[in-house]
This record gives sequence, C-alpha cells and structure tokens, in this order.
Amino acid sequence: MSFSVFRRSVLALAIGATLSTPAVAQERELLNSSYDIARELFAEINPKFEAWWAEEHGEDIEVSQSHGGSSAQARAIMQGLRADVVTFNQVTDVNVLAEAGLVDEDWQDAFDNNASPYYSTTAFLVRKDNPKAIENWDDLVNDDVDIVFPNPKTSGNGRYTYLAAWGFADDQFEGDEEQIQDFMRTFLANVRVFDTGGRGATTSFIERGIGDVLISFESEVNNIRQEYGSDDYEVIVPPTSILAEFPVAVVGENAERNGNSDLAQSYLDYLYREDTQRLLAGFNYRVHHEAVVEEFADQFPETDLLKVEDVFGSWPDAMETHFEGGGMLDQLQRR
Amino acid sequence: MSYFALRHSGSARVLPGFGLSMGISVLFISLVLLLPITGLFGQLAGLSLAEYWAIITEGRVVASYMVTIGAAAVAALVNAVFGLLLAWVLVRYDFTGKRLLDALMDLPFALPTAVAGITLATLYASSGWMGGWLESLGFQVAYTWVGIALAMAFTSIPFVVRTVQPVLEDMPAEVDEAAMSLGATDGVAFRRVIMPHLWPALVTGTGLAFVRSLGEFGAIIFIAGNMPYETEITALMIFVKLQEYDYAGASAIASVVLFVSLALLLAINVWQGRFIRRLHGGKG
Amino acid sequence: MRRIGDAPLVRRLLIAAAVGLSGLFLLLPLVAIFAQAFSQGVSVFWSNVSDFYTLHAIGLTLGIALLTIPVCLVFGVALAWLVTRFSFPGRRLLQTLIDIPFAVSPVVAGLIYLLLYGRNGWIGSWLNSHDIQLMFAWPGILMVTIFVTCPFVARELIPLMQAQGSREEEAAVTLGASGWTTFRRVTLPNIRWALLYGIILTNARAVGEFGAVSVVSGAIRGQTNTLPLHLEQLYQDYNAVGAFACAALLALIALLTLAAKAGLEWRASRREAFA
Repeated sequence: MSFSVFRRSVLALAIGATLSTPAVAQERELLNSSYDIARELFAEINPKFEAWWAEEHGEDIEVSQSHGGSSAQARAIMQGLRADVVTFNQVTDVNVLAEAGLVDEDWQDAFDNNASPYYSTTAFLVRKDNPKAIENWDDLVNDDVDIVFPNPKTSGNGRYTYLAAWGFADDQFEGDEEQIQDFMRTFLANVRVFDTGGRGATTSFIERGIGDVLISFESEVNNIRQEYGSDDYEVIVPPTSILAEFPVAVVGENAERNGNSDLAQSYLDYLYREDTQRLLAGFNYRVHHEAVVEEFADQFPETDLLKVEDVFGSWPDAMETHFEGGGMLDQLQRR
Repeated sequence: MSYFALRHSGSARVLPGFGLSMGISVLFISLVLLLPITGLFGQLAGLSLAEYWAIITEGRVVASYMVTIGAAAVAALVNAVFGLLLAWVLVRYDFTGKRLLDALMDLPFALPTAVAGITLATLYASSGWMGGWLESLGFQVAYTWVGIALAMAFTSIPFVVRTVQPVLEDMPAEVDEAAMSLGATDGVAFRRVIMPHLWPALVTGTGLAFVRSLGEFGAIIFIAGNMPYETEITALMIFVKLQEYDYAGASAIASVVLFVSLALLLAINVWQGRFIRRLHGGKG
Repeated sequence: MRRIGDAPLVRRLLIAAAVGLSGLFLLLPLVAIFAQAFSQGVSVFWSNVSDFYTLHAIGLTLGIALLTIPVCLVFGVALAWLVTRFSFPGRRLLQTLIDIPFAVSPVVAGLIYLLLYGRNGWIGSWLNSHDIQLMFAWPGILMVTIFVTCPFVARELIPLMQAQGSREEEAAVTLGASGWTTFRRVTLPNIRWALLYGIILTNARAVGEFGAVSVVSGAIRGQTNTLPLHLEQLYQDYNAVGAFACAALLALIALLTLAAKAGLEWRASRREAFA
C-alpha cells in the first residue's frame, strides 16, 4: 500500500514536471486573448501568421489562443493572465485594461479604424419563411413574438442588442424618454431565455427550438445559417442597427515582459492585410480594405449603423447609465 | 462505507502522532481553506455595512434567493422521498441488477456538473426525449424553475441514499419482527418502528442535499432560462457581478451563501452529535 | 419470520418504482451522452477524441488528478487520525471547517484563490514581482482542485475510524510498536478500503471540476485547458458531437470509477463473509 502510494507520487511528479516544461523551450510564443466565439477564426489566422513571420524573419514562433467571455478575459489579464495581445468584441473591456495601466491609454489610435480591424452589426435570425414577418426592431415588440438573445449583464453581444434596440427607439420616438422606455420594457418582456453567452442563446434557438427570432452579431447569424442549413432559417438585417467594433490592442506590460513587443505589433498589423481581411469577410465580418469590401459587397446589405458614441455619449456613459447595478436595464426589468 | 454516516465521539488515549497529525491538519486547513477565505473578507472590508446591506437585499438578488431556496427545498424534499425509496429497495430486497442500481447511485457525484448540465438541458428541452413527452402532457421543465429543481435533485440525490443506506443496514431484524408480531400492518410498523430510527439520517442527508443545491451552478445554468426575478439563481448573480468587475459585490453575495451553508452544516454536525449521545446514553 | 414490506406485491411495486425512476432520472442522461457522442458514427467520435488539443486536455486533467490525490491522502489521513484518536477542544469546529469546500460554490472557490494569488492579490503581487506565476498556469489549477476535493478522504475515514475505535492500536503501542509501525500494520489494513474509496471519489471530482478551474485556468488551448473546459469550448463552437465525445470520455472515467468502487465493495463483502 505505502509502496503504491509512493510510486503514485513519483509518477505524479514526473507528470507534473512534463506539464511545466514547454514543448520547445526556445521558441517565442505569443498569447492572444480573445472573445469566446472567435476560436475558428483565429485557428485559421494563426498558422498563416506563423508561416508569414517565419518567411519574413526566419524565426519559428507559435501563437497560442485563450478564449472566453470578453469581460472574463479582461478580468483574467488584470489578475495575471500573460496575454500579449487582446482581440475583443467590446471596447469597454479594452478600456478596463487601459485604466489598469496594462494597455496604452491611446490604444484606439495605435491602429487604423479605432483599432478595430473588422466590424459587424446586430442582426436577426428567423425561422423559415419568416412566419412572424419580422423586418425591423418594431416588429419585435408585437405580443406574439418570442425573442432569444444573451443576457446583457453577462454578454457583450447582449449589450449590443440592447443598445441597438434603444438606438432604434430613440430615433423612432425622437428622444421621448417615456416612449423609449415603454418600447424597451415590452421588448425585454418578449425575451424567452436569457442565456449567459451568445452561443448559449444559439443553442436555445436552434437545438431547443425556442423563440421566433434570435438576435446576435450579423457575422454570427450568417455563420449559424450556413452551419444549420440555409433552408431552415433566414437572416434579416434591419435597416437601422448598431456598429459593433472588434477592438484590438497590445498588452504593453505583458508583451515587454515576454519580449514579444515586435511580434505583438506585427500580429495586429497582420489583421489589416488584404488576404487576412478577405479571410475575415469569409467569416461574415465586415472589413475596411477597399478591394475586399467591393468583392464582398453583395454579402453585406447597406444599413444605417448607429455609433454608441453618437447615441449614448461614450462607452463608459452607456455602461454606467444602462448596465450597472440599479441602472436602466435593472429598472426596465424591475417589477 | 458511507460518506456521512453518523459519527460517534472519540476518546482521548495515549496514542502517538498527536503533534504530527495536528500539525498537518492545522497547516493544511489554514493554507488551503482559511487563507483564501480571507481574500473574500478582504473584499468585504472595502464595503460599508450600509453598502453591504444594499447589495445583499437588492430586489433582484432577493428574488434569486427565493428561486434558489425554493427550488433547493423542492429538490431536497423530492430526494428525501426518492432517496428513502432507493435506500430501502437496495437494503431490503434482492433482485437482478441490484448491484448495477447501487453503482448508479454515485453517478451524479462522479459525473462532472457541466456534463450533467448540458445533458439534462438536451434531454428536457422540448426537442429532447423527455421534454417532448412531458410537453405533450402539458408540463414544461426546461427554462422554468422546475428545471432548476430537477438539476439540483440530480446532483444531490446520492447524499440522501448514501446517508440512509448504512443506518437501514445496521437495523437488526428483531425490530421488524417485534413490530410484525404485534400484528401491525406494514404501513403502521414502518411509521412507528422504522422511521424513528431512520429520520436522523434522513434529515441529515436531506440537509446535505439542500446545502449542495444552494451552491450549484454548472449543472443548473444550462437548463434555467435565467429570466430576471423568475429563474435566476444566486450563483448566477455572483457570476453577473464578476462580469461587471464588481468583486466586492460578488464577494458580498458569496458571503451570504457561505454563511448560510456553513451554519446549516454546523447545525447538522452539532445536532447529529447530540442525537447520538441521546441515543446511546453517553456510550462510545 | 416476516419483515416489513415483505409482501410480494409491495416488494414488486417498490422495486419497480425504484428501478423505473432511477432509469429515467439517472440512467437516461448517461445513455443520452453516448447517443450524442456517437450520433455521427464511430469515426467522427474518434477524430474528435484523437485531436491534439483533446489529447492535451486529457493529459493535463489526468496529471492534475494524479497530483491532487497524494496531497488529499496525507491530509485526510492526518485529520482523521487527529479527530478520531484524540479528544481536544475545537474538534467539532475542525470537522466543520473541512466542510467549507462543500459550502463554497465552485466559482467562488476559484475567485478567492484568484483574489489572493492573482496579480493584484497580496501574495500574488509579491509573486508577480518575482516572476512566479501560479494562476493561469497548471499550479493554479492544481491548487483549486485540491481545495474542492480535500474533504473526501477525511469524510470517508472519520466515521469508519470512529466506529472501529482505537483499542487495537493501543494494544500495539503498549506492546512496544513504534507509532509508524502501528499505523502501517494495524490502522492501515483496517481502513484501506475506505481509503481507496476516498481516493476514487477524490479522483472523480478532480477530473470533473469545472467552475473553480474555469476561473483560474485562462483556458489557453494546448496549455491550461482541462477536459471539462475543452468540452465547453467545443460546445460553444457548435461542435456538439465533439463536446459530447469529451462528455463521453468523462462519463467513461465516471463509469470506471463506479466500477472500481463496486469491485471494492464486492471484495470487502466477500472478506467479511469469510472472516
């Protein structure tokens, strides 16, 4: 007995030692911390970047991935996750890192287009032939419509949906606060399930068959439709929606400590290159590179994209007024 | 062999190893259990009493206590009945597949909660095997509090079975015989003779199941629906606070769950000790 | 002699109810896992399981479990010896303290470790300035796993050692045996089944822990991703079959655990029968 315990401990220590040793010690390793649904995307981009870097600099490197909810990822970095770069789906989560001094204060000027190499908007996925005739945001407050979208408290995706609906109402009722709040109250009351994340909401809508409409990123609803059969679902992009930026930044402190500052910068620059932008468009994200934009023009209907800054002042303002404890969202859901 | 069989109090003798075992235990408990808990209180120290009170009595949070406690209570009561039935059948009867049934009892402990969560959600959604059938009968389970109670009941059933089982096993056959020879019917004999022996274990097991349900997150979150005021559990409120970078708020709500759970566990431990002392009249 | 509930009708009814309900409530979910995992055939299942990242997650998960067990073993035996062989003030409190991991929800367990050992924590900031990283690396995963699994061995041993009493050990010590010899020759043979059972439970929980690990892991693929975390990611990627393939692996570990436990009980009962 005691012998087997001893043997077990030795074995365990051996395994522990294996765990702690990186596979190839000398190779530089870049860690990209990203939002939860970007796994397939970066699984394609990373090998391409690794090959490109090897060709340009004659050095073998490895890009690793960490995925989770955007806020959870930012929190992890603040608590010590040594990510060199972040590729998030929410500006606020990069701001949190900037406040903590981990990311440069002027991070939005460090790369083009507000440091957002690609963008998207919020769109609807409805069931075959659109039985509830949902074309715009005001169709969603009808009594017989059941909505599925992730909880704005836990999901950036959900926050965009909330802000888009508010932006529409703000436009519709010309800023009349009472009417906007009534609209939002009805809108939120029509939600059937509040999953904690975007993919959970997709599962509820697709696998569990709940609700008449799923609201998510345009890129996401297109991917879902491709994945689950284009005959069974339709994508509706409303005439007015919100601009969802996907901000990127170098986590200065970590990149310096890891000796990866040059790599980190190049990696994010690489996202703006023509072939990467084409790859991004293939994942149904809207991009900035003109040639690519033209090429994929059919894929992205023209929409009036509201900016959070224009409707709500700034991201911090929007967060404080609407999503903090006791804020507008809590008040609208109160009973 | 049970996890939580009733304990007898030990006695002081002259065996070696007091210093060593005390050293290891105290060191381990301090480093692994108590030290990290100080982190929680460190967060709470940043709050004034009024702020603390405001966080833990906020309307939506209070609603989540109600949902959690209500569903946990229902799950615990269902498990008390179901667990008693299973323990009885496993101890008193012989039948084919008994060993299999016995092994199955530990499944909820052995199965990771996240696996239990996605599996239960798949089964009980209206598109699932069970959900479709139940829905045709007019019951909706997934995305209602019934689903929460179901997930809680699944993860905590072993507590009841494994606490009641050893007590039933130890019960001498004469107890039955005496009751039956007096001409009592099965029902009366069970109520008058078996239950008085059994209920301490049953209460303990049910209590442990209840405590376990209060903290469960992974198994529930997939099936809950998470609608404010209706199907939000307290563990989700902690999760939400974390998403908002509100560590103090998360710690405040977590501390409420921690105190309630610890108080219940301490009550179970103390009450168990008292009961045994009364039962054995100070022996052992 | 007739015992309560021996009437054939009652007996059959109760057995049918117990088997039926357990089947619906416990067995059906298990069947569903394997049905989902193999819903696109064995080869799809196999390609999901033999994926590099899945294999790494399996290795990490098993490695963490193997490191967790000896720690919990030493602590569990020491604590059980302490509270069952000696009487001292604070004994009941000590026994309640080891229940803390049961009372703390797993997400909170992860959080408290992060608050202490994370970059902003008071130990973590010192570690950070000395370039030692515990959180978001395998030591952090190990630490929270030990936290959530430490009660099992102790919980298993305490009732048994209390019931057995200490007479045999006292006799050995009186006859001049050293403490260590007494423990090895007298105590260990008496408690070894309970000890193994405790290890099995510890292992099951260590392999399956999700909530606490998800907070401190960082979920870096190929580095700090455990099998339950990997499962969740696959589920998020619309790869339900892959997720259920991982679930099936975890369920398989659970089943092996249950089989090992049933085997132990069978051996124990046979020994009793021969004794």
